[in-house]
Amino acid sequence: MSINASGWRPEAPVAGGKASPTVTGNKGLMLEEALIFEIGDSETTGVDFASSPSPLRGAGRGEGPSGTSLGSLARTAPIGLPGLSEPETVRHYTRLSRQNYGIDLGFFPLGSCTMKHNPRLNEKMARLPGFADIHPLQPVDTVQGALGVINELAVWLTKLTGMYGVAMSPKAGAHGELCGILCIKAALEARGEGHRKVVLVPESAHGTNPATAAFAGFTVEDIPATAEGRVDTAALKARLGPDVAAVMITNPNTCGLFERDMKAISDAVHAVGAYVYCDGANFNAIVGRVRPGDLGIDAMHINLHKTFSTPHGGGGPGSGPVVLSEALAPFGPLPFTARYEDGHLALIEEETAGDEHPHTFGRMTAFHGQMGMFTRALTYILSHGADGLRQVSEDAVLNANYILRSLEKTLDAPFAGSGPCMHEALFSDNGLADGFSTIDVAKGLIDEGFHPMTMYFPLVVHGAMLIEPTETESKAALDQFIAALRSVAERAKAGDISLKSAPHFAPRSRLDETLAARKPVLVWKDPVLAQAAE
Amino acid sequence: MSRYFTEDHEWVDVDGDVGIVGITEYAQSQLGDIVFVDVPEEGKELAKGDEAAVVESVKAASDVYSPVSGTVIDGNAALADTPGLVNEDPEGDGWFFKLTLSDADELNELMDEVAYQAFVAKL
Amino acid sequence: MRYLPLTQSDREAMLGVIGAASIDDLFVDVPEAARLDGPIHDLPMHASEMAVERHMSALARKNLTAGEAPFFLGCGAYRHHVPASVDHLIQRGEFLTAYTPYQPEIAQGTLQMLFEFQTQVARLLGTDVANASMYDGSTACWEAIGMARRITKRGKAILSSGLHPHYVSVAKTMAKFTGDVLETATPSLSADTDLATLIAAIDKDTSCVVVQYPDILGRIADLTPLADACHANKALLIAVVTEPVALGAIKAPGEMDADIVVGEGQSLGVGLQFGGPYVGLFGCKEKYVRQMPGRLCGETLDADGRRGFVLTLSTREQHIRREKATSNICTNSGLCALAFSIHMTLLGEKGLRTLAEINHHGAVAAAARLSQVPGVELVTPTFFNEFTLKLPQEARPVVRSLAERGILAGVSLGRLYPGEASLANGLVVAVTETTSAEDVETLAAALEEILA
Repeated sequence: MSINASGWRPEAPVAGGKASPTVTGNKGLMLEEALIFEIGDSETTGVDFASSPSPLRGAGRGEGPSGTSLGSLARTAPIGLPGLSEPETVRHYTRLSRQNYGIDLGFFPLGSCTMKHNPRLNEKMARLPGFADIHPLQPVDTVQGALGVINELAVWLTKLTGMYGVAMSPKAGAHGELCGILCIKAALEARGEGHRKVVLVPESAHGTNPATAAFAGFTVEDIPATAEGRVDTAALKARLGPDVAAVMITNPNTCGLFERDMKAISDAVHAVGAYVYCDGANFNAIVGRVRPGDLGIDAMHINLHKTFSTPHGGGGPGSGPVVLSEALAPFGPLPFTARYEDGHLALIEEETAGDEHPHTFGRMTAFHGQMGMFTRALTYILSHGADGLRQVSEDAVLNANYILRSLEKTLDAPFAGSGPCMHEALFSDNGLADGFSTIDVAKGLIDEGFHPMTMYFPLVVHGAMLIEPTETESKAALDQFIAALRSVAERAKAGDISLKSAPHFAPRSRLDETLAARKPVLVWKDPVLAQAAE
Repeated sequence: MSRYFTEDHEWVDVDGDVGIVGITEYAQSQLGDIVFVDVPEEGKELAKGDEAAVVESVKAASDVYSPVSGTVIDGNAALADTPGLVNEDPEGDGWFFKLTLSDADELNELMDEVAYQAFVAKL
Repeated sequence: MRYLPLTQSDREAMLGVIGAASIDDLFVDVPEAARLDGPIHDLPMHASEMAVERHMSALARKNLTAGEAPFFLGCGAYRHHVPASVDHLIQRGEFLTAYTPYQPEIAQGTLQMLFEFQTQVARLLGTDVANASMYDGSTACWEAIGMARRITKRGKAILSSGLHPHYVSVAKTMAKFTGDVLETATPSLSADTDLATLIAAIDKDTSCVVVQYPDILGRIADLTPLADACHANKALLIAVVTEPVALGAIKAPGEMDADIVVGEGQSLGVGLQFGGPYVGLFGCKEKYVRQMPGRLCGETLDADGRRGFVLTLSTREQHIRREKATSNICTNSGLCALAFSIHMTLLGEKGLRTLAEINHHGAVAAAARLSQVPGVELVTPTFFNEFTLKLPQEARPVVRSLAERGILAGVSLGRLYPGEASLANGLVVAVTETTSAEDVETLAAALEEILA
């Protein structure tokens, strides 16, 4: 016979052994990664250039052939930028990426944030050189296709919302809000009513609403909510008067409810000469089923990353086109596109604004807005079409109601009796054991492999948990989430102490935010140099 | 020396025409870990109820109102480096600023310790 | 409907759990008059991936792509070569499809990247600290002016005539609503920057001076005397950098004592994209950090004592301070910041310096060649990778006819300053590592023909 000389002999797996800590800090596929400043150096580069430049004449980067000189402006001191070779770079960022949760990985029920699937066709189309590799100041005859994208998306947005016009250039939702409020301010001033200084904002609003109104010079007044989670229409109407410039309303609202009185509110606001701004953050719940224009809205921003599936990218870039009523459209920002009868597209900028758009309040950004987001959003819209977009809102609302009704017996749902919810279901921390709050439920969900819901928002509910499933989730995914949240909630109600130190299975345990804020360390400092300096 | 309280959870110790202002034990317990305090500069004129200082925890920023009118004569510089003093000793080393009172009659509108404790008990 | 996983039987089962007879029951709170009974008319229905691709590609083909033409445009957006690994890495789903890192335990990838980005940006700009990015350079510039108002409690900002006119427009728009007073001026086609004029204009009411470096015509000047003049009047110096690659060759504004340095980061990693999305850079001196707008990432420890990162100092921001926030800004430009950071990591200091040198060297050679075209004059003797030519006639029609020949020749000042006769003959030409000697020769030859 021959004996297996390698020494390797398959054995039955042994269960339950206790792991020793690793010297690397790694845990199998969970890999620690140092900072580029700790692994790179200023002599390494991952880029090869076609040819090294021959040194210009003069001292160092001194005099050039035509007498050009950087002279004393040459940067001589070390900058402190570490470089990595390409494989090190790929590994560094790949490892970092694996410490992130993304919608590609699993359910991401962040209420009010609309984390839906990001189709890869969007990415492919945005990268077509005809869109990705054109300069914003090229002669307009050379960018007719790009202007065509902007124009086509603008048509879709106005038709989907039933509005008159749209400002495409705002760079994100909050920038769009600012755009809408600036339109309102310009319209009031054009009417000689610049004295209207009050903007009414329901207390359940996103924080950006009051911040935007205050930035534009308005005084913000809160409007209370009713016990059922909607705007107190009577209180709002009572406050309306000749000093009111606008009302900013989120609809569907941040409690996940449709504002039933929206049309009546708009009529009352218009009757006193003020305007209605709608925060369109939650448009995903009604796209294809309700047009804000039919509810008397004057301005509404649309977060393309929420309703129209452009990626969130870990916090931007966003894009916040603003649809406008006929009353406000003349005041919208530059630049914008115009289509002539012969099909030619023009870009209306400062030069031609005088003829085409004399009442504009001005420019909000250097160029034409988030073109890369426009191509993605248009790709998504064309994929779904008018019928598909209607199905999107139906499925989003169905999924949210399914979660609400499946969990209302486990968690306190303060507005469960206020009718169906729209795109998101709201729960509170009422009923959890003493000392347990929303954050413990959230961190427990992390250990179950889910991204937590939105916590502590809206402010009108104590320990709010706002869950927005979107249309992206299958029934199986929802059922799994519901089972996990039920389990975590029951543990929180029973006072399971292990939740207080959750998450246990994430790349990091709970982080000390107090330490970070008391002694902010915002940039990396070489510990050796830092020590030498002390 | 006597101590007075406001419904906004500031306290003021008055000695002659000089007052020392801070926030109460109840206020610090509600705010949680304090990470930043911005105190008024010397010479600043404050009317009763003016925003005089800012106190920040990780998740909240709150304004501190002056309980009385007067002129600031000192801000607690120690809070710049150790804002945690407000948590550790809110009614002592964690004081915010000193001022000279311009209208001592305003003190009559404030609560004494007993009244404030009763006020807090109802919250 | 390939993006919707629910089946009809799922929907029916779920309605059963909810206790609703139909989907319409879930929309009962919508006033009847506002309910649409079917898909919106005169809009197309859903389409296959192939059909959408065909439609979008047809639109893309109507554009003259920079890569297909000798290309010389700059003025706030620059064409640089972006290594393939940058685009690959930013498309990893964990970066692309993550949200703002509000749950730091499962967002360390984004947070560590932002911490590295902040450090890279601060070092590049020469500032103590930098934030996690802004929308773009123009909005960052406006935010800096607002920040200077909060710090100095003064409301008059002096804007250099060399500041990008669109940045000026953005600031003017915003100032209309905040009441800030802006002093602005139109540049002149000359070799000199307006530093001396700016220094003379500073007074005790000045909150800040805003100066672009290199400026809109490509000129560079030492900002130190301007910084001194600002500080002598307790005003702040804000420097605006629209071409960050320049800082691989020329001194950083922070090194010349600028208080706030903002920039457009598009040059690194991001690509032209017809103007957006881009990435605003924002750095300042440490003492001003609490007045800074935008998100900040900071280092801390987790419960087990391991280093980690969180968003910090968020009490400045709108979701907490609401109407008292430093800005209403909500998103940053996270994915573009990632692209910037990866590109910068690939370059490293050595690569950045080489890249800057290639740019400068190429621009110097191009300026020499183009100023040999009869009638063409080089206006700006001191520049980095962008310079201004004065043509013997209005530049705008020249640019248009060059575009008809497939040459994207640069930015005519007539486009940026419509109605300014004194600038109409100006052409701003940018040269980067993507510009070949043949491209320059093609442009020169075509110019010779057109101007003859």
